[in-house]
Amino acid sequence: MTTAFIGKSVRRTEDPRLITGKGTYVDDVKLLGMLHMALVRSPHAHARIKKINVSRASKAPGVVAIFTGADLQGQLGSLPVGWVLKQADTHTKYDMKAPPHPPLAFEKVRYVGDAVAAVVANDPYLAADAAALVDVDYELLGVVTDGEKATKRDAPQLHTEAPDNTCFEWDVHGGDYEGAAKKAQVVVKQKFINQRLIPNAMETRGVVADYNTGTNQITIWTSTQIPHLVRLLFAAVTGHPEQSVRVIAPEVGGAFGSKLYLYAEEIITGMIAKNLARPVKWVEGRQENYLATTHGRDHITYGEICGDKDGTITGLKVTTYANLGAYLSTFAPGIPTVLFGLMLSGVYKYPNVSCKVYGTFTNTTPVDAYRGAGRPEATYLVERMVDAFARELARDPVAVRRKNFLPPFKNGRAVATGVLYDSGNYRAPVDKALEMFDYKAFRKEQREARGSGKLLGVGFSTYIEICGMAPSAVAASLGAGAGLWESSTVRVHPTGKVTVFTGTSPHGQGHETTLAQVAGEHLGIPMESIEVMHGDTDRQQFGTGTFGSRSITVGGTALVMSLKKVKDKMRKIAAHQMGVPAKNVIFEDGKFYVEDIREKSMDFGTVVGEAYNAKNLPPGMEPGLEATSFFDPKNFTWPFGCHIAIVEIDEDTGQTRLKRYVAVDDIGNVINPMIVDGMVHGGIAQGVGQALQEGAVYGENGQLVTGSMLDYAVPTAEDVPSYETARTVTPSPVNPLGVKGAGEAGTIAASPAVMNAAIDALAHLGIRHLDMPLRSETVWRAINGAKAAKKAARSATATAARSGRKARR
Amino acid sequence: MTTNVAASFQYHAPSSVEEACRLLAKYKGGAKLLAGGHSLLPLVKLRLATPEALIDLSRIKGLSYVKAGRKGLAIGAMTTYYDIESSDVVKKAAPVLADAAAQVADTQVRNAGTLGGSLAHSDPAGDLPAVVLALGAELEVHTARGSRTISVDNFFRDLLTTALRPNEVLTEIRIPPLPARTGTAYVKLANKASHYAVVGVAAVVTLDKAGVCAAARVAVTGAGPHAVRAKRTERILIGKKLSALVIRRAAERAGAEIGDGFNSDIHASAEYRAAMTIVFAERALTEAVGRV
Repeated sequence: MTTAFIGKSVRRTEDPRLITGKGTYVDDVKLLGMLHMALVRSPHAHARIKKINVSRASKAPGVVAIFTGADLQGQLGSLPVGWVLKQADTHTKYDMKAPPHPPLAFEKVRYVGDAVAAVVANDPYLAADAAALVDVDYELLGVVTDGEKATKRDAPQLHTEAPDNTCFEWDVHGGDYEGAAKKAQVVVKQKFINQRLIPNAMETRGVVADYNTGTNQITIWTSTQIPHLVRLLFAAVTGHPEQSVRVIAPEVGGAFGSKLYLYAEEIITGMIAKNLARPVKWVEGRQENYLATTHGRDHITYGEICGDKDGTITGLKVTTYANLGAYLSTFAPGIPTVLFGLMLSGVYKYPNVSCKVYGTFTNTTPVDAYRGAGRPEATYLVERMVDAFARELARDPVAVRRKNFLPPFKNGRAVATGVLYDSGNYRAPVDKALEMFDYKAFRKEQREARGSGKLLGVGFSTYIEICGMAPSAVAASLGAGAGLWESSTVRVHPTGKVTVFTGTSPHGQGHETTLAQVAGEHLGIPMESIEVMHGDTDRQQFGTGTFGSRSITVGGTALVMSLKKVKDKMRKIAAHQMGVPAKNVIFEDGKFYVEDIREKSMDFGTVVGEAYNAKNLPPGMEPGLEATSFFDPKNFTWPFGCHIAIVEIDEDTGQTRLKRYVAVDDIGNVINPMIVDGMVHGGIAQGVGQALQEGAVYGENGQLVTGSMLDYAVPTAEDVPSYETARTVTPSPVNPLGVKGAGEAGTIAASPAVMNAAIDALAHLGIRHLDMPLRSETVWRAINGAKAAKKAARSATATAARSGRKARR
Repeated sequence: MTTNVAASFQYHAPSSVEEACRLLAKYKGGAKLLAGGHSLLPLVKLRLATPEALIDLSRIKGLSYVKAGRKGLAIGAMTTYYDIESSDVVKKAAPVLADAAAQVADTQVRNAGTLGGSLAHSDPAGDLPAVVLALGAELEVHTARGSRTISVDNFFRDLLTTALRPNEVLTEIRIPPLPARTGTAYVKLANKASHYAVVGVAAVVTLDKAGVCAAARVAVTGAGPHAVRAKRTERILIGKKLSALVIRRAAERAGAEIGDGFNSDIHASAEYRAAMTIVFAERALTEAVGRV
């Protein structure tokens, strides 16, 4: 099929304005009479608020008002949870505990960064100065930051509603793991720590709120992935009528999942603007962002894999403590359950899976989705354990994977966790990756390098993930509190220009380009004639937003539906005016032709004009040319692929360097290869970051030790090699575009590939596992420990041999 | 606590060293000199430092230069890392200084941060303190009344503390000419987050015609509270042919002056820093000898 735009690396139309500084981010919004808000945040991880004294602060220059949690208690409500695990769902043991989450704390603070008061002043500097003068008298309480220790009997308790700090117990049982383990010839056990990460979007969060006393309208500019849900939840929490709330997501400078929630600051800023009847701005600082914006991951897992000596895997079992932080963020309960536990089948046919997850509260920043959200945690376990199983059998990790792959399928395949994959061909990306990487030659190079002080290792990750959030009914049965469909409107203007209104909300993914490519393809008009609008609840129909690599699979399909409706109407108009039945009219190259009579045609612009001048429309047809669609897919999509990492470890220092990276992804059909490559590249960097250098560290007292980029190592260009990427194409049957979603695959695949490579480099020393991140000291200690153990073993053998000889004498 | 907003301060941009000195005296220790600001401003923005005044030295003409003469190199205190790393004069006269400047942080920092700023701040993990120690530099400082010269050996005193008095401004760094048959090197284990040195070692080694070590200066940064010379290492090297074994033995003493004062943090324990001091001393020495 030849296409005009789909499958082409069209340059991103949003880039010229962004790279020339013409984008409007929240901090660029400046309103007349605007005030600035600074939040007073708790310096303690767990404390009772005894008294807040604002008298010094209120006298500070420029201060207009100060609000404490108690002042606004009746107005701010409690932050809602949008994913509720209920006993009625087969996976959940009891209704999850959802303790109140006041936007401004008023009785207790539960993590360092919990907001206790808001200071509003004439400029941001004076607001910050005054915030430092708010005196809060705290009574310190015991602190727990470890998600497993939090469940122990003597741990400090965060919420009276959640005994043992446990929010939920959730499980999956497919087949009979215990039975399989009993019969298995080999069982490998390993504890894994999937460390806490800080999302680090380039733009921190920010909110501007304006209140119109005449119309009772609150307008909120916020750096978010979900403007429509923010409006809905804001109205629900504050009681301000939904039709009088407008939420605008202007340019959003990245999010990685961290802007997918209703945040306290959105409510606080909005309601203070309403109270003062003046515009109010709050912009998060970077250190503040480290404390107040959600974190990701933070699992402690006990894993087991079992199978036979011929390499057949028969089962997998995991018990996971998922640290949720101090309160439930909007989607927190869904991440370590549905998006984690249900992914534990991987691309394999083992019939027995057992998974138990404890969601726990600790005195830390709330944890929610971060690029990959649950799937990186699951993939890390599956791919690390499959490797550990192969190593235990001294079998090749690729051969063991191939032996256990699900066979290819085009339309649905149920797996042990109970979910239905859409389409898969798991050998294809492995074959392609091994065409790009000479495995045999590498093994030789690896052996030869030993003794030179540089240890080489290769790691594989044959991942699968879940995208295209929706279908709503399935998601609802698993706990989703809102529908997960997506919407579009296509408005063809009288001049033939087109505006696409999408319910998705991009924050760096290039939707304006990709969706315009789809629209241009369908309408046969140039992309310059199409504008894609998003992120304003007053402009767009209700939509869900951008997360879970869903925008093209769900949002793109909603767009195709509207485009089809528009084309159908145009076809009917053209057929009517050319005097033939509509079924005989074909649309090609921007023209409506009568089938077999090519010279009889009407071009796109003419038909549009006819729709608007309405002089000669088919009987009963409404004038105008616009269509709106809402799409709810029947299944999720399941991208997969094979990533190969090659690392080099310095034996003397423990430094681990990523030398080479091969990524073959199967994300179904591709709209814009360049944009997909960009997402794959960035995704891999974040997965590599987790494997080698990122990690949030809390002190015993609950202070975030990695409180800035001086201590939290975000990967940079010098930490990653030039990637070698390729794709195989297994179209998804669940949407007409055949797409699967590409936003998170790189991150999901990369961490286990890199860790498997590192263990491969160290395995000859007897090292079987290391936890992420691979700080140089971690590796250095492991190497030294392994060498000392070998030496001790050798001398023990020698001693035994000597004493044996003596005995014989 | 969580703001990125500095507390209020006075800002001065004097046009002469004398004026800067007068301002320093006026604030009686309450002012800080701004010489690039990549270490100071983050502290100010976090309110970890709340100086009454910042005195910006960037408008003073004639503090940014590299001059080569018979007595060696003279470098103005406000010369940026970038100007040092890209200076052909520095590359020829003290290549290790250009190498080390190129290893500081990233391009943006190197375009603003200065040699004088780095030395006067004495960050325990700064790269350049070790390098100027190994090069045996002399530092010229001014007060409103006059000037004095401090040997770099007496300059770094403690964590963020130097021999500079509160009313003094560092103006020039003088590096003596390197003798013939001298090799130099700076190597570091960089912190993945900050790119500061977890451990960094600078070595300047001179061999005689017979290949015997005639002089050696070795300095370590990142490991302890401030950059120090590894004098015991130097003593082992001097007078010997520098075989791999001698280098190894000398490197093993590179942490001796730090004793039990090794830093320990989430990035590296004291034990690891001690071990890496040896590894990087060996690497720096091997590289320096290879460049003779």
